[in-house]
Amino acid sequence: MSLSVRVIPRLDIKGPNLIKGLSFDGYRALGTAEQFARIYYEEGADELIYQDVVASLYQRNSLTDIIRKTATEIFIPLTVAGGIRSIDDIRGILRSGADKVAINTAAIANPDLIKTAAHTFGSQCIVLSIEAKRREGGWYEAWVDYGRQPTGVDAIEWAQRAVDLGAGEILVTSVDREGMGTGYDIELTRQIATKVPVPVIACGGAGKAEHVTQVIEVGMADAVSAASLFHYNYLQPVDTLFMSSDSDALRMGKQVDEGNVDYLHDKLCGAIPWTMIESASIPEIKKRLLDHDIDCRSIDSPGMSDLASVGDPS
Amino acid sequence: MSSGQTVIVDYKLGNLFSVERALHKVGAVNTLISNDSEAIENADRLILPGVGAFGDGMNNLKELGIINSIKTYAASGRPLLGVCLGMQMLMSESDEFGRNEGLGLVSGNVVTLEQNEDNRIKVPHIGWNTLSPVESWSGSILRDLEDETYMYFLHSYVTVPDDPKIILATTTYGKNTYCSVFKKDNLTGVQFHPERSGKDGLDIYERFANDN
Repeated sequence: MSLSVRVIPRLDIKGPNLIKGLSFDGYRALGTAEQFARIYYEEGADELIYQDVVASLYQRNSLTDIIRKTATEIFIPLTVAGGIRSIDDIRGILRSGADKVAINTAAIANPDLIKTAAHTFGSQCIVLSIEAKRREGGWYEAWVDYGRQPTGVDAIEWAQRAVDLGAGEILVTSVDREGMGTGYDIELTRQIATKVPVPVIACGGAGKAEHVTQVIEVGMADAVSAASLFHYNYLQPVDTLFMSSDSDALRMGKQVDEGNVDYLHDKLCGAIPWTMIESASIPEIKKRLLDHDIDCRSIDSPGMSDLASVGDPS
Repeated sequence: MSSGQTVIVDYKLGNLFSVERALHKVGAVNTLISNDSEAIENADRLILPGVGAFGDGMNNLKELGIINSIKTYAASGRPLLGVCLGMQMLMSESDEFGRNEGLGLVSGNVVTLEQNEDNRIKVPHIGWNTLSPVESWSGSILRDLEDETYMYFLHSYVTVPDDPKIILATTTYGKNTYCSVFKKDNLTGVQFHPERSGKDGLDIYERFANDN
């Protein structure tokens, strides 16, 4: 085998919870990050990405506790993103149990951080994260702060420069497509993937299995990342009428954080905002890849049957 | 259950903690992360982990003054496992960033992966790839694994042992077919990261921890 494509769930984390922006309706907690991470590991995910979504507000990454806890149970590579600004930050995250860090905002502000980080820890654990927005005239602009701030930097040129500085991998997220479920930005992915010699992970926009094969076959992605596509497959609506955020009825793990959980209720609004996403399990996605003659790691590993009840969305 | 202490060599470039967590997961709880000469020489099992550059790795071993300790341990006949860069440093020398001398415990060289011109085969090689058997896996840490089992790789360089008979498995990436596992007497090298290769990888640590 030669060109094995990786399938990578991305977990956006706030406090202890896995969250997801639903349309323009703000963040919702879907369950605890640990619970989802364990399911994805058992289901055959090839890697995981943890994104600290509030890191830029606090100027730091706050995931070290979650990384530490999950690292004792999950034996696939973990990339951590969000609020990573210095060599010390990187060291702290790697020491907690992450294998790679993804850097966006701080690298744009100070490209030498990529160079120093690659020299200190090795290129293989320094991922450049690019959040790109399509502009008039067809160019792509790099954005920072979790897709909130434009920079004026050409995303494709920045990708090439970052590789020269030592980035070992590039995570490309389309700001336009993120959370929309309308498919990856194929053109953006293709432009970067064909111009850099290092692996490219496509992210943002996966709404159904077909999008995944497209971004590999046409977009030339070396790895695919998705959030909603997988989260909604494994999310469990519950049928207790009155729930609070610390209810035992929340089978995906109690949420410690505040948050409305009514949306989990399958009789109230459990099916509304995400119907545009045709969610899929990791085994389903991998089966589709194999059907398209795209090589990926086989998923018939032992232990999966134990989780069949957890993984079944019905 | 494993007996005795497994020492994981800390030379400042290792994925030490994920290796230790994998050992603990399979019940080998008597572990020590150390760069102390005495601890290395007296270990019951030794793991030389690593990610990063060959030259940096060898320099760190030299600065820590533990090259001879690792050689002394290797000569004892007790099991030594080199992981990724740890495997590469067992070799005689490397071409990475100029010429660098290795530990010289396994005769051979370390060379770069060849890239395809169309950027379709990326280097570093990051991701899951399979192990194809060359020599029999019985009696090795690969025993009972199925052929073509997937493992997680993260590297730009590969080992080329002078003696092809020590190669237990090869892996193919683009136009490269390279040694992904070798075993020379008590020395085993794996180019992939068992501690990041899910349950099949954990099984490798379980066998290593329980072998005598």
